[in-house]
Amino acid sequence: MTHPLASLRKSLACAYPAAASETIALGAPSLDRRLRGGILRAALHEAYAETAADAPAATGFALALARRARAGEEKPLLWVRQEALTAESGAPYPPGLADIGLNPAAVAFIRVRDAKEALQAGLEAGRCATVGATLIELFGAARAYDLTASRRLALAAAAAGAPIFVTRVAASPAPSAAASRWLVRALPSRPRAANAPGSAAFAIFLLRRRGGAAGHAWQESQEWRVEWSRDRGAFEDRAFDAPSLSRPVASLPVGGAADQGAPQTAERKFG
Amino acid sequence: MTLADARARAPHLAVAQADADADERLMLRLAAFCEQFTPLVALDPPCGLMLDATGCAHLFGGDAAMRACVLQAMARLSFTGRAAVAGTPDAARALARFGETAVAPPGEEENFTRPLSVAALEAPRETSIALTRAGLATLGDLADRSSAALTARFSAETTRRLTRILGREDARITPLRPLPECMVERRFAEPFLDLSAIENVLRPLIAEAMGILEKRGQGGRAFEARFFRTDGAVRALYFETGAPSRNVEALLRLFRLKAESLADPLDPGFGFDVIRFCVLRAETLAQSQIGFERQGAQDSDVADLVDRLAARFGRERVLRFAAHDTHDPVRAAAYVDAAASPSSPPGSWVKPEPGEPPLRPLFLFDPPQPIETMAQTPDGPPMHFKWRRVRHMIARAEGPERIAPEWWRNAVGYERRTRDYYRLEDRDGRRFWVFREGLYESEPAAPRWFLHGLFA
Repeated sequence: MTHPLASLRKSLACAYPAAASETIALGAPSLDRRLRGGILRAALHEAYAETAADAPAATGFALALARRARAGEEKPLLWVRQEALTAESGAPYPPGLADIGLNPAAVAFIRVRDAKEALQAGLEAGRCATVGATLIELFGAARAYDLTASRRLALAAAAAGAPIFVTRVAASPAPSAAASRWLVRALPSRPRAANAPGSAAFAIFLLRRRGGAAGHAWQESQEWRVEWSRDRGAFEDRAFDAPSLSRPVASLPVGGAADQGAPQTAERKFG
Repeated sequence: MTLADARARAPHLAVAQADADADERLMLRLAAFCEQFTPLVALDPPCGLMLDATGCAHLFGGDAAMRACVLQAMARLSFTGRAAVAGTPDAARALARFGETAVAPPGEEENFTRPLSVAALEAPRETSIALTRAGLATLGDLADRSSAALTARFSAETTRRLTRILGREDARITPLRPLPECMVERRFAEPFLDLSAIENVLRPLIAEAMGILEKRGQGGRAFEARFFRTDGAVRALYFETGAPSRNVEALLRLFRLKAESLADPLDPGFGFDVIRFCVLRAETLAQSQIGFERQGAQDSDVADLVDRLAARFGRERVLRFAAHDTHDPVRAAAYVDAAASPSSPPGSWVKPEPGEPPLRPLFLFDPPQPIETMAQTPDGPPMHFKWRRVRHMIARAEGPERIAPEWWRNAVGYERRTRDYYRLEDRDGRRFWVFREGLYESEPAAPRWFLHGLFA
């Protein structure tokens, strides 16, 4: 006689094949340990920009996740962007994509007028099994993105076996069918030589994870500090560099051009 | 007759202003309607239509039956018409307007047109008067004279018209729309009303058209589905693919998307008489072997997806990135129509140097956003700047990276200034790409600062 739970597990395993539990590791060991291997591949994930000014950070984080899913490299990445975001944070710049490790030639970019169109395009792309990942960028309250719409996207992702990422700017987190929901903020980077800005760094905050909280000592309210390494194509932990952050960075002489030899340096204000 | 005379005779006469534009629009609509009889339809101003029945008449059971069919369809739309079938367009026109003959068999136009009055020449008034005064009443009288004498007395135009009406010289009509590569259609005994079953009609039609293309070794690029309504309205849905295609299901999907995105949905009204599927443009497409090469299948899946998205949202919204070999950061990357250029050449993008942080922003503003800056002269990075009423205190900076304008592109008299780019990071960790346009001291105008892009 089999245990009822075991038989239930068995039937569930039949209904949701192994691919359903395949994960995308983020590459940062502590984070992956806590996420039990990473985020689900065939699922919907959301990244909220903490403030409107963090929009590039949220997009960058989602793009990095897409890159972890091997999209924008071997498989194409479909990028759907609501037009309102162009006024807010500019238009995607392909050399910048290459600079964070995606191949611009493997990206198809769709400009849409509103959230409804963005979701239609995203759903169409998300259903295509040959697409490596789909990124949908929404601006504002986006009422079209409700439980039903997110459920549709989640089902499409599960059917196609490729992740769908939704970034939200100027929106407050709302319930949805997403497997994970992140709050993303730009983080001061690790300075390079002569105090030059370094690689993209993010402070990420896991707001929700489907099936993650129940039964585990999961600290939902934990914030991670990670840096995206383009060369490794992985996130790196930045949890232990607190000292470098507590430094009063702003009082340092600014810029690499702090050359003492410069004869007369005057400050001027321009507008 | 003046309007006053006419009103005196018929007091209840309805009067309307002549509207030449509206007449032309009506004729165009009728021409579209007549395309159900033959694909080659031309306007014959001011109020005629010319149908090229070559190779079509037998489908209706002969010339006379086709003429009757056209007249009957016109009568259903409450138009009375005069029609004649002849071997040349001019002969048909003359017979329809000035004769009683319904069908002039090919080669015998002359026998039928000879008895027509000289008015059938539709020559200028002076010419008609001169012809009548000379005692030439019918075309036959003219036809017997030597054409040299006629040309000398009247004009070359008169002789030319005469030879065309008599069928001695042939002329082709210029159809309103070019002949499609391939065309298949369904005619319904009863008007087709059920919009939900429309795909059941279209699927075999598309399959039939694709079969024809396959025999020719071609695939279609541009397609059109035309719906001829019983009441004369014609609706056409146009869609295209990025690569030559013979995939029935993919085309059907494109049709569905197009039909869904119509602002004014497809309305059968009292039913469709004819549904037609045309391949407007075809290109060579070799026979494909499915499942042999996985990569090819993957590419075509994505190409299908791009086509579907382009059909739904417009081709100008579905884009791909194209690289240009230039140091000008704005010109280095372009957006191109993804449906027109399905795959961009790989390796055209500059590979970033390992170990370097991102040197180019993820997002670019066009045009660059002016900012208020406090910076060291001559070439220090900003210490803080104000953008959108927010002050950003700079914590880290790198630069300048001097990018000179491409002087060989400058228009004469307009000089773009050198730009010094800086990568900046503020205390909150937001990364910016700003530039100073112009140099201190060496140039008369003061440099200005702009925010050009944002890093992730």
